[in-house]
Amino acid sequence: MSTDMNVVHELASREYEWGFVTEIEEDRIRKGLDEDVIRMISAKKQEPGFMLEWRLNAYRYWVQQERKQAEPRWANVRFAPIDYQDIVYYSAPKQKKQLSSLDELDPEILRTYEKLGIPLAEQKLLANVAVDAVFDSVSVATTFKEKLAEIGVIFCSFSEAVQKHPELVKKYLGSVVPHTDNFYAALNAAVFSDGSFVYVPKGVRCPLELSTYFRINAQETGQFERTLIIADEGSYVSYLEGCTAPVRDENQLHAAVVELVALDNAQIRYSTVQNWYPGDKNGKGGIYNFVTKRGKCLGRNSKISWTQVETGSAITWKYPSCILQGDNSVGEFYSVALTNNYQQADTGTKMIHLGKNTKSTIVSKGISAGHGQNTYRGMVKILKGAEGARNYTQCDSLLIGDKCGAHTFPYIEVKNSSARMEHEAATSKIGEDQLFYLQQRGLKTEDAVSMIVNGFCKQVFRELPMEFAVEAQKLLSVSLEGSVG
Amino acid sequence: MSLLEIKNLHVRVDGNEILKGIDLTVNAGEVHSIMGPNGSGKSTLAQVLARRDAYEITDGSVTLDGKDLLAMKPEEAACEGVFLAFQYPVEIPGIGNTYFLRSALNAQRKYRGQEEMDAMDFLPLFREKLALLEMDDKLMSRSLNEGFSGGEKKRNEILQMAILEPKLAILDETDSGLDIDALRIVANGVNSLRNPERAMLVVTHYQRLLNYIVPDFVHVLVDGRIVRSGGKELALELEEKGYSWAEPETAGVGASAAPALRRDGARA
Repeated sequence: MSTDMNVVHELASREYEWGFVTEIEEDRIRKGLDEDVIRMISAKKQEPGFMLEWRLNAYRYWVQQERKQAEPRWANVRFAPIDYQDIVYYSAPKQKKQLSSLDELDPEILRTYEKLGIPLAEQKLLANVAVDAVFDSVSVATTFKEKLAEIGVIFCSFSEAVQKHPELVKKYLGSVVPHTDNFYAALNAAVFSDGSFVYVPKGVRCPLELSTYFRINAQETGQFERTLIIADEGSYVSYLEGCTAPVRDENQLHAAVVELVALDNAQIRYSTVQNWYPGDKNGKGGIYNFVTKRGKCLGRNSKISWTQVETGSAITWKYPSCILQGDNSVGEFYSVALTNNYQQADTGTKMIHLGKNTKSTIVSKGISAGHGQNTYRGMVKILKGAEGARNYTQCDSLLIGDKCGAHTFPYIEVKNSSARMEHEAATSKIGEDQLFYLQQRGLKTEDAVSMIVNGFCKQVFRELPMEFAVEAQKLLSVSLEGSVG
Repeated sequence: MSLLEIKNLHVRVDGNEILKGIDLTVNAGEVHSIMGPNGSGKSTLAQVLARRDAYEITDGSVTLDGKDLLAMKPEEAACEGVFLAFQYPVEIPGIGNTYFLRSALNAQRKYRGQEEMDAMDFLPLFREKLALLEMDDKLMSRSLNEGFSGGEKKRNEILQMAILEPKLAILDETDSGLDIDALRIVANGVNSLRNPERAMLVVTHYQRLLNYIVPDFVHVLVDGRIVRSGGKELALELEEKGYSWAEPETAGVGASAAPALRRDGARA
């Protein structure tokens, strides 16, 4: 490679900025997983009986699956077997008593979020973003709760929803991702300790961006959160999640579940900027991000959009999907996935068309650098009743350097002949030609690379809420530093 | 001091010697044309001057305003005032033309310790140059060169040159792929940028372009060496008689004759 490319390579040594550890007293349970652990978690959360039953059910299913070694192995990722008995399934910052306001939150945790650029103190917040912060296993603060409650929007931790809105939880929990869906979904259903809950009532357009920030802090813990968002008829909500974790030598498991439900004429935008610790440049450590995300367009004319920018994690296994059940419903998936160093990603989406005139759009941008391996895996399924269904899929890969890989696995299953499908795919390499051209006009190598990559991702970035689009661009540049060589 | 001084430049690509001892002096305000058949090393010379990394320089020196050009990275050479109008401009999806041009201009201004230009100041400059090249500003909201016709790409190169205002502009086969109207527009653009502070190196293998951009000097490059140099009439003579006419009977004659002519030219 040319010396210009080496210049960028030298910048590689930049460390993961978010890798610090917060010193805080933890309330954690023993390592390992059995029925007693499930009971302990449920008891700690003072859950009603139906939740414990639900968890135990899931746990028993998971045990069977584990015996059958049914952990998914079809993804294009390689990792050593996970010892599920070597993980702590519940860890929470120790709180003396129930919090009545943010002022009572442990200042260390507040400082952590400030360092991450997520100030929880409400007055400092971006005027239109409400934040739910999940620290290890539990939600530690939800901002703007009262303001939202005035218009009937419920935005709280999952634990609180179980206590205060059990009827909604009972009705929708597991209705989109049942515990039998897959191995990690079963595990999550058994041990999930917290997460966010959103309910937007009929006809309400949620005036704030709702946001959850996930932080894994404790050692040897897994994080298993669960998010449930329900948009009632004619409502609209935009939701964003961000994630970081400290630098640790061992791999940590993150197995989350997100369920979205959109009723008639409702719209949900769900955006993710995922920046879990990716491991060091030799591939040691990092988060295993094994996540099940699915939305159900239950109602007519409903719409669910997933936008994700995935730059972190050692391994990503994630397919935010849409079940297009209501007639005329719309599903969208916009994704940027970047793998640098030894990161591996197998990500994409599933669009399941059930209703008439349902439409889906998939735009996936995979960027591979270093020794990174990037796989797009997508399924578009048009069922018999889905008269007039349409899908447009575009998946593009960008390669930086010659040691990385890009792979594409599109699956298409059409059972209704009126369906219209379009699929476009392209693979390109940041060529020396492009770099030289930009340099010849006076741009430095790293600025040139960043410009090319941002150009490549533009279609996805413009789907993100403004503030986050800027953040995503910056994150991408940082994650790419040192990638050319 | 001359703006550009090339002395005994030897360049290899993949082990093959492409340039075999080039000597050339270009003063500010002059337009030099490098002509030669395919494979003679014209584009290599252009790319080496723009500091593309793919070339191995085995001997010789190049200075720009007395500074060692061969020690510069491409972006430094650009910021020092070297501009290459590419033979094949690349397409880069997702980068707006206007955004790109302003970023490039600001990168150069920053290098020279000048204040960066904001969008409001940039726009009038940009519009003026667009008009000069008779370009549709709809093109400018598109991605860099994406979906541009061959002629539009070449015009875009000259537009960039007009905005970046280089000291040394190198035009690599700018006429290739242009119809007669586009050629006229491009040539008008280039001619309007001629001034006493700026030098141009026009690389071409057809005489046609030189009817529009009239050079002060013409050099004939054959097999990695400048075999003849002269005034603009040399181009016409070449057109008539072909490159084989320009090639020396023996290497010795050509090698000694060419530098003598060049020096006359440079002084004129």
